[in-house]
Amino acid sequence: MKMHKQSKKGGANGRWGLGKLKLLAASMVLAATANAATPPTSQVNTTGLAVTDDTVTVGILHSITGTMSISEIGSVQAEKLAIKQINEAGGVLGRQIKYVQEDGASDWPTFAEKSRKLLRQDKVAAVFGCWTSASRKAVLPVFEQLNGMLYYPTFYEGLEQSPNVIYTGQEATQQILAAIDWAVKEKGAKSFYLLGSDYIWPRTSNKIARKHIEKLGLTVSGEEYYPLGHTQFNSVINKIKLKKPDVIFAIVVGGSNVAFYKQLQAAGIDPTKEKPMVLTISVTEDEIRGIGGENVEGIYASMKYFQSLDNENNKAFVAAFKKEYGDDMVIGDVTQAAYLGPWLWKMAVEKAGSFDIDKIREVSPGIEFTGAPEGYVRIHENHHLWSKGRIGLAMADGQYKLVHETEELMEPDPFPEGYQ
Amino acid sequence: MFDGYTTSELMSIFAMQGFAGLSLFSVFVLMALGLAIIFGQMGVINMAHGEFMILGAYTTYLTSGFFQAYMPSLFGGYFFIAMIMAFLICAAFGAFIEWAMIRRLYRRPLDTLLATWGLSLILQQAYRSIFGPREVGVELPEWMMGAIQVTDMVELPINGLFVMIIALLIALGLYLLMYRSGWGKKVRAVVQNRPMAEAVGINSGAVDRMTFALGCGIAGIAGSAFTMIGSTGPSSGQAYIVDTFLVVVFGGAQSLIGTIVSAFAISQAQSTMEFFLSGSMAKVLTLLVVVGILMLRPEGLMALKIRR
Repeated sequence: MKMHKQSKKGGANGRWGLGKLKLLAASMVLAATANAATPPTSQVNTTGLAVTDDTVTVGILHSITGTMSISEIGSVQAEKLAIKQINEAGGVLGRQIKYVQEDGASDWPTFAEKSRKLLRQDKVAAVFGCWTSASRKAVLPVFEQLNGMLYYPTFYEGLEQSPNVIYTGQEATQQILAAIDWAVKEKGAKSFYLLGSDYIWPRTSNKIARKHIEKLGLTVSGEEYYPLGHTQFNSVINKIKLKKPDVIFAIVVGGSNVAFYKQLQAAGIDPTKEKPMVLTISVTEDEIRGIGGENVEGIYASMKYFQSLDNENNKAFVAAFKKEYGDDMVIGDVTQAAYLGPWLWKMAVEKAGSFDIDKIREVSPGIEFTGAPEGYVRIHENHHLWSKGRIGLAMADGQYKLVHETEELMEPDPFPEGYQ
Repeated sequence: MFDGYTTSELMSIFAMQGFAGLSLFSVFVLMALGLAIIFGQMGVINMAHGEFMILGAYTTYLTSGFFQAYMPSLFGGYFFIAMIMAFLICAAFGAFIEWAMIRRLYRRPLDTLLATWGLSLILQQAYRSIFGPREVGVELPEWMMGAIQVTDMVELPINGLFVMIIALLIALGLYLLMYRSGWGKKVRAVVQNRPMAEAVGINSGAVDRMTFALGCGIAGIAGSAFTMIGSTGPSSGQAYIVDTFLVVVFGGAQSLIGTIVSAFAISQAQSTMEFFLSGSMAKVLTLLVVVGILMLRPEGLMALKIRR
């Protein structure tokens, strides 16, 4: 366990070199002071959370050891960065954020136990954490029983909506419908081969994909799942060559990714040749670091965020992230979603004028974050985010180039009718 | 499922499917040989086998980085040096582990299981601390990527061929070492009857250490070769360990030939079924058949016939 106090108040005094961020910070300070300088603790905290006159404690709960630490480390970094920036901009209701970090150790019961500890013993005002659906399902009863608030960053399969969770990543329909509509409209795709690792997220996602493809009157030429960690894809690649689909829709995760894309290349299926086209919802810039850019060059990914997005918010975010953690860092979709968590929480607290969980829940829907690196986001009644769907083309240097984004924000729909 | 295809299309798919089976076979052989030596010849259940493979993979990763930085002109050939390095480093580390840990546990097979499992956890966390939790990408020289075009439809992946050749060479080398050299005779003598071997003057401790080191070294080469087809991360070794034990146990623990036969049987069954069924179903069926056969023949496919 690590207790950590971030740097003192008054971050707008110029130590923070980046012009854009400074502006943002200054406006935040102004906003904070305008609300109420520092309302008394008895008024903003009626349920005994860890809030004092000048600090508020939150929890960070991710795996920093074990197999999932590969993926979760980026989220931890993003959340800490957001907390640091909020503190430098004056904190929340005049209080500096302190955090307690716990390690879920890639083990779902440990997640549940640690979340209980965070809520019951540390009395944290909010928790930023979890990555896999399994870990989220494990902590869910704890958060609902002890009335905590979890900000969950990963894109996931949907079919869930809890009063105690804000989902800052995309749910399945947002990723999948955007991907398939784009492939059909822009690339004239007629047949799809669905492929995935064998667990809940790829299976649910492919189910939605299949329904959508069939609704459009197009064909699904195959659907297959392989165990997690599977490294031999030659047979399925042969099948794909036989069926000649227009699109390989791949939701392969973890180490299997490396094997899959390397073998695809080796079998003479070159994604840069556009047919068959490879479309994925599971490979972020983070994963490409492990797969190697030269192996995925030419594939398309459907996400809501790419590190290369060209807007002012994102430039400032990427610069701040690299300054904090080193120039060789890459930022994937989930890392950005994790960065949103602390900011959305801060806005909810300020809108409610209170740290009380019930009040935060009440005011959360409708909160808009214009400073998000992905652009503008808004919290929906169902606790998911309105966000744009985007398609990126993987380049050899491991970055995505934006090739398409939806004009409107896509409505989150965790229980899509007709897709279950 | 074959409606609407021409005969030549089907022929080429089957040719490629056969190649896929063979390349899975060579992967299994590479994975299992190191373990077969340690488990079969010494009776040590080495749960850290996967981590030794990953040590070889990280060695390859470091070597590739070194060549890129200091000798970019020789990058095309770095893989051979990386494999030799992987063998030497893993063998040296294996010898150290044998000296520090394994030799104290020879008469307690269940304890070696626990101790090597602990070792595997320690190694995983060590990789995580040294190389970071993210997977690393090992860059391959240009000539190892891509495929050889045999006909219009038939394309053979070069890295698959490469793994096949390595598996073949190592299996051959091991055969010569175990059955055609003096040292091999000593190893087999110790396996069959330790007190008698000691009585005729064989230093069984030294033989054990060399055997363990050899097994670990081969694991290192396997790990190095697998950077071409799989991922390299702190816990990637876990993905291999189940298949490895499956192959070795199914083949009959004490027989190297058995290991190869069982690798062939399992890989062909799996890749054929993967083609006709789905991936997960193929795995389930393969495991069911293996369990069934092991129930009928607990000693594995090829048991060593000696008097006890």
